[in-house]
Amino acid sequence: MLQLKSSTRCSNSSARSRFLHLALAIFGAVSMLQLASCTKKNAQPSHVIKIGEYGSFTGSEATFGVSTNEGLKLAIKEKNAAGGIKGKKIELISYDNQGKPEEARAMVQRLITQDQVLAVIGEVASTRSLAAAPVAQQYKVPMISPSSTNPQVTEIGDYIFRVCFIDPFQGLVMAKFARENLKKAKVAILKDVKSDYSTGLSDVFEREFKAMGGEIVGIESYASGDTDFKAQLTQIKGKKPEAIFVPGYYTEVGMIARQARQLGMKDVPLLGGDGWDSEKLWEIGGEAIKGSYFSNHYTTESDNPKVVDFIKRYREEYKGKTPDGLAALGYDAGQILIAAMERASELTPQAIRNEIAKTKDFVGVTGQISINDQRNATKSAVVVQVADKVNRFVTTITP
Amino acid sequence: MTDQHARGLFLRSMPSPFLVTAALILLGLVIENSTNAYTQDVVLWIFTNIILAASLNLVSGFTGQFSLGHAGFMAVGAYLSAWCSFRPEFQALPDLLRFTLLPAIGGLGAAIAGYIVGLPSLRLRGDYLAIVTLGFGEIIRVTLLNTEAVGGARGLNRIPATEGWLEMGLSPYLAQFSIASFWTVVTITTLWRIVHSQKGRIFLSVREDEIAAEAMGVNVTQAKVRAFVISAFFAGVGGSLFAHSVKYLSPATFSFTKSVDIIIMIVLGGMGSFTGSVIAAIFITLVPEFVLRPLQEITKVDLRMVIYSLILILFMIMRPTGLLGTREWSDFAWVKKLMRAISQLLKRGSDGDSSSSTSPSGASR
Amino acid sequence: MEASQQEFLQHLLNGVTLGSIYALIALGYTMVYGILQLINFAHSEVYMMGAFAAYYTGRSLNLDQSPGVLSFIILLVAAIVACSVLGLTIERLAYRPLRKAPKLNILITAIGVSLLLQYSAQIIFGAEPKLFPEVLADRTLFTVAEVEVRTLDITIFLVGTLAMGGLHFLIHHTRLGMAMRAVSVNGPVASLMGINVDRIIMWTFVVGSSLAAVGSVLVGLKYPKIDPLMGMLIGIKAFVAAVLGGIGSLPGAMLGGIFLGLSEEMVVAYLSSTYRDALAFGILIVVLLFRPAGLMGTPVREKV
Repeated sequence: MLQLKSSTRCSNSSARSRFLHLALAIFGAVSMLQLASCTKKNAQPSHVIKIGEYGSFTGSEATFGVSTNEGLKLAIKEKNAAGGIKGKKIELISYDNQGKPEEARAMVQRLITQDQVLAVIGEVASTRSLAAAPVAQQYKVPMISPSSTNPQVTEIGDYIFRVCFIDPFQGLVMAKFARENLKKAKVAILKDVKSDYSTGLSDVFEREFKAMGGEIVGIESYASGDTDFKAQLTQIKGKKPEAIFVPGYYTEVGMIARQARQLGMKDVPLLGGDGWDSEKLWEIGGEAIKGSYFSNHYTTESDNPKVVDFIKRYREEYKGKTPDGLAALGYDAGQILIAAMERASELTPQAIRNEIAKTKDFVGVTGQISINDQRNATKSAVVVQVADKVNRFVTTITP
Repeated sequence: MTDQHARGLFLRSMPSPFLVTAALILLGLVIENSTNAYTQDVVLWIFTNIILAASLNLVSGFTGQFSLGHAGFMAVGAYLSAWCSFRPEFQALPDLLRFTLLPAIGGLGAAIAGYIVGLPSLRLRGDYLAIVTLGFGEIIRVTLLNTEAVGGARGLNRIPATEGWLEMGLSPYLAQFSIASFWTVVTITTLWRIVHSQKGRIFLSVREDEIAAEAMGVNVTQAKVRAFVISAFFAGVGGSLFAHSVKYLSPATFSFTKSVDIIIMIVLGGMGSFTGSVIAAIFITLVPEFVLRPLQEITKVDLRMVIYSLILILFMIMRPTGLLGTREWSDFAWVKKLMRAISQLLKRGSDGDSSSSTSPSGASR
Repeated sequence: MEASQQEFLQHLLNGVTLGSIYALIALGYTMVYGILQLINFAHSEVYMMGAFAAYYTGRSLNLDQSPGVLSFIILLVAAIVACSVLGLTIERLAYRPLRKAPKLNILITAIGVSLLLQYSAQIIFGAEPKLFPEVLADRTLFTVAEVEVRTLDITIFLVGTLAMGGLHFLIHHTRLGMAMRAVSVNGPVASLMGINVDRIIMWTFVVGSSLAAVGSVLVGLKYPKIDPLMGMLIGIKAFVAAVLGGIGSLPGAMLGGIFLGLSEEMVVAYLSSTYRDALAFGILIVVLLFRPAGLMGTPVREKV
C-alpha cells in the first residue's frame, strides 16, 4: 500500500521502471512455478510402488470406505512385510471423497496426474465408481473396484475391473432364493431412489422374480437419510406381501425392519443385498431384523482355512473387529492387484492391466475369483440369515 | 487527458472484455504447460464458481432478495446442456461452436426456471421467499432424481466436452479454458453493465427500500422477477460449464449444501461487489484443494469442513461486510492512482506516437 | 371396517406422529425467530448434539439395562443441560457479536455454526450410526380398527401440545415472557425500560435449546438410529413446518408441523413415494402463495 502510494508520487520514468519491475517479477514467479511443477512432474521415486485408493472415509457411508481401506491396508502391509514386490515397498495413497461422486472423480484425477499412481482401487458405491472410472480409463491406469456391483461400472472401458459379483447376478440370487428356497409368491419392493445400486438391484429382482412365476405386489421408494418409512410400509402392508425386498444400505434397513414390525408385519421376512452387511445392522435392527435374509460376498462362518486365517489376522490388526464383506473384498482387491504386479514384466499401468485381466482361479477370501472378458469377477454368492449378532450361512448360489 | 477523463475511463467501467479474455487465454496457455491435469481441472472450477457467485450476487447482493436455491438453477443449466450435447441434432455443429453455444442453451433453460421461481416474489418477501427458493431447489433435484432420461440416481456419465482444434494448436484443455473464460467475462461484463445502468439502479432501489422504490414509481415485482431471470440465466451458464468440465452429473451434487457454498462465496467477497465475488470464488475453490487437503494428509483427520466453517463464522464476526463490502476494484484509492498514472503514461506515449485509440479507450463504456 | 379405511386410519396416525415430531422441533425455530427474527439454522444441530449427549449418558450409566421412567428422565435432563449449554455458547460466541449486523450475515453465521457442529460431530463421534438407548418400550396402548396406537406416538403428540401450551403461557403470562415480547418488538427501547436484553435473549436460547433436547430424546426413542447428520433433514422439514404455520407463531408451528407430516404421509399413500419430499415443498409453495405469512402468521405491514 505504502509503496504504491509513493510510486504515484514519483516521476513517470520511475513509474515506468516500477511497472517493468512488476512485469519482471510476475514473469519470474510464473517461470518459477513452471519449473517447480516440472520438477515435480518428473520426480517419480523409483524405490516405492504407488497405489491409489479413493473411498468415503467421512459422510454417511463412511463405514464402507473405512472397512475397505482396512482390508486393503492389511493386504499391503502383509506384502511389504514379506519384502514387497520385486524388492520395492508398496505405498498406498488414500483420499477421502466424502461420499460425493464429483469429489470421487476429482480424487482419481489427482491420484493419477499428481501422485502418478500405477493403479487405483475404489469405490464401494457404484455411483462413485461410475463417476470416477472414466478418468482412470482416459489416463489408461487400471482401476479395481472392490465392491461396486452395478454392471455399467466395468463397461466404462478396458482398464476398469471389479472383484465382486454384479447386480444381475445378485438380483437373480435373491429372486431364486425367494422363489425356490423360501417358496414365496408375492413380494413387495422398497427401494432407495437416491442410490442407483438400489434401483438397479430392484429392477433385476423384479424381472427375475416375475420370470420365475412370482408376483411383485408393490414397489415403493424412500431416500437414504430418511428415518420414517411408515407411510411406504403401510402401503406395502395393504398389498399383503409374503416378503419384502429391500435392496438398500444397512443404515436404513434396520429402521425399516423395526417399523415394519411395529405396523404388524411380524412374520414377513425382509430380503436384501450386500449393502446390508455391517455389524450396525444387528445393532439398529435389533429383534426386528432377525430372520431376514441377504446375499453377501462371503460368510464369517466358513471353515475355509483362507477365510479363517484372514479373520484371525484382521482381528489382530484391528482390535478384535470382525471383518465385514467390504473388508474382505478390499483385501481381495489388494491381493489381486499385488499378484498382477508380481507377474507383470515391468511396472507400468499397461502391463499391470494386462496381468489383472489374466487373473484366473485366484483363491481369495470371498471365493475363487476369475476375471472374465467383461472384466467382471465370476464367483459365487452366499445367502445368509440375520441371527443374534451373527449372520448364519444359509446357502451358496453359483452362477 | 484530464483527471476527470481518466476517472470516467476507469472508475465505473471495467477493463476491456476482449483484453481480459485474451489475457485469460494467455494465462490458460501457461497453466496448461506448467501444471498437472488435476490442477488444471481445479482452475476450470474457479470459472464456474465465479459465474455462480456473480449471478447470485445480482439477486442477493444487488436486489436484496435472499435465495437458497441457486444450485437448482445451476442444475437445470447443467443437465439441459449435458442432455443437448448427447443429442445428434447438436452434433452437426462444429465442435468449438457447439460447446461455446451450449452454455447459452443451459442458461435459457435456467432462466425459464428463474422466471417460475421469481413469480412467487409477487407476494413473498424475506425469509418466506428464501424458503420458497429452497423448496424450488429441492423440487428440481428430486425431479432430476426421478427422470430416467437424465440417468436418475445413477447420474449422467461421460458428458462430451470440446475436443479443441488441434490443427490450429488449440488443445482440448485450452479450448475448454477459453470457452470458460469467454463466458466468465461475458457474465461479469453483462452483470456489471446491468447494475451500473439506469435500469440497474432499479435493482439497487429495491434492495435499499422496497416501499420507497415503489413510491418512486419503480415496479418492484418486475424488478425482482427480472433479477431472478438474469441471475438464473448465468447460473445455468455456470452449470453448463460445470457439466462439461466435470463430465459427470448427479442430482446429489445440486443439494442445499451447494447453494450454501455459493452464498458463502458472495458473503465472504461482499454482498454487492462483483470484484469480491471473483476473489472469494477463487479463494474458496483453491483453499480447500491446496491448503486444507494437504493438511488432512498430515493430520489424518478430515478437518476441511471444520476449518472452513470456523473461517466463515470468524469472518462474519470480524468483518461482517465481507472482504470488499460493496466496493469494486476500481473504488480503491491505490487503483485510482495507479490508473491515473497509467493514463498519464499513455497520454505521454500518444503525444509522440500516432493515435490514442489504444487499449483504454476500448474500455470506455 | 374396509381395508382401505383402515389403511387411511393408519396413515392418519403415522402422519400425526411424524407431524408432532416436526412440530416439536419447529417450536424451537419459531421461538427464537419470534424474539430475534433470526432463523437459527444451528437448531437442528443442537438437536443432534442433544441426542448424542443422551446417548453417551445412557451408555456410561448402562441405562438400556434398566429401562423405565427414571432412566428416561435422566436422559432428558442430560440432553436439556447439554443443549442449553451449547445453545448459550453459540449465542454468546457467534450470534451476540452480530446482533446489529445485517440479517443475512447472521443467517450465514448460523449456517456456519451448523456446518461446524455437523463436521465436528463426525470427527468426535464418528460418522457411523449409533443405537439410541431404549429406555422406554414402545408398547401398544390401544387398538382402533386393527390400527395400533403406541405409547410413544401419544407421548410425542402430548409433549408437543404441552410444550406449545407451556410456551404460550411463558410468553403471555409471565414477567420473562413480557420482557421477551418487549425485546421482540424493539430491543433498544426495551433496554431503556430496564430490561436486560442480553439476559432475555439467553433465556430464549435456553428455552429453544431445551425444546430441541426434548425432541431429540423423544425422536431417539421413536427412531433409535442416531448419527451426526440426523439433524439436517429433520431440521429443514421442521423449518418448513415453522414457515408453513407462520414463523414466530407458536400454534402455527404446531399446525404447520402436523400439516406437513400429514401431507407427506398422504402424498406417499395416494400419489407417489418417489416424490415425497418434492411434493411436500410443492404444498408449502402453494400454501405460501395464498397465505404469504403462513397459515397462522399475521402479515406485517411495513411502514415507511
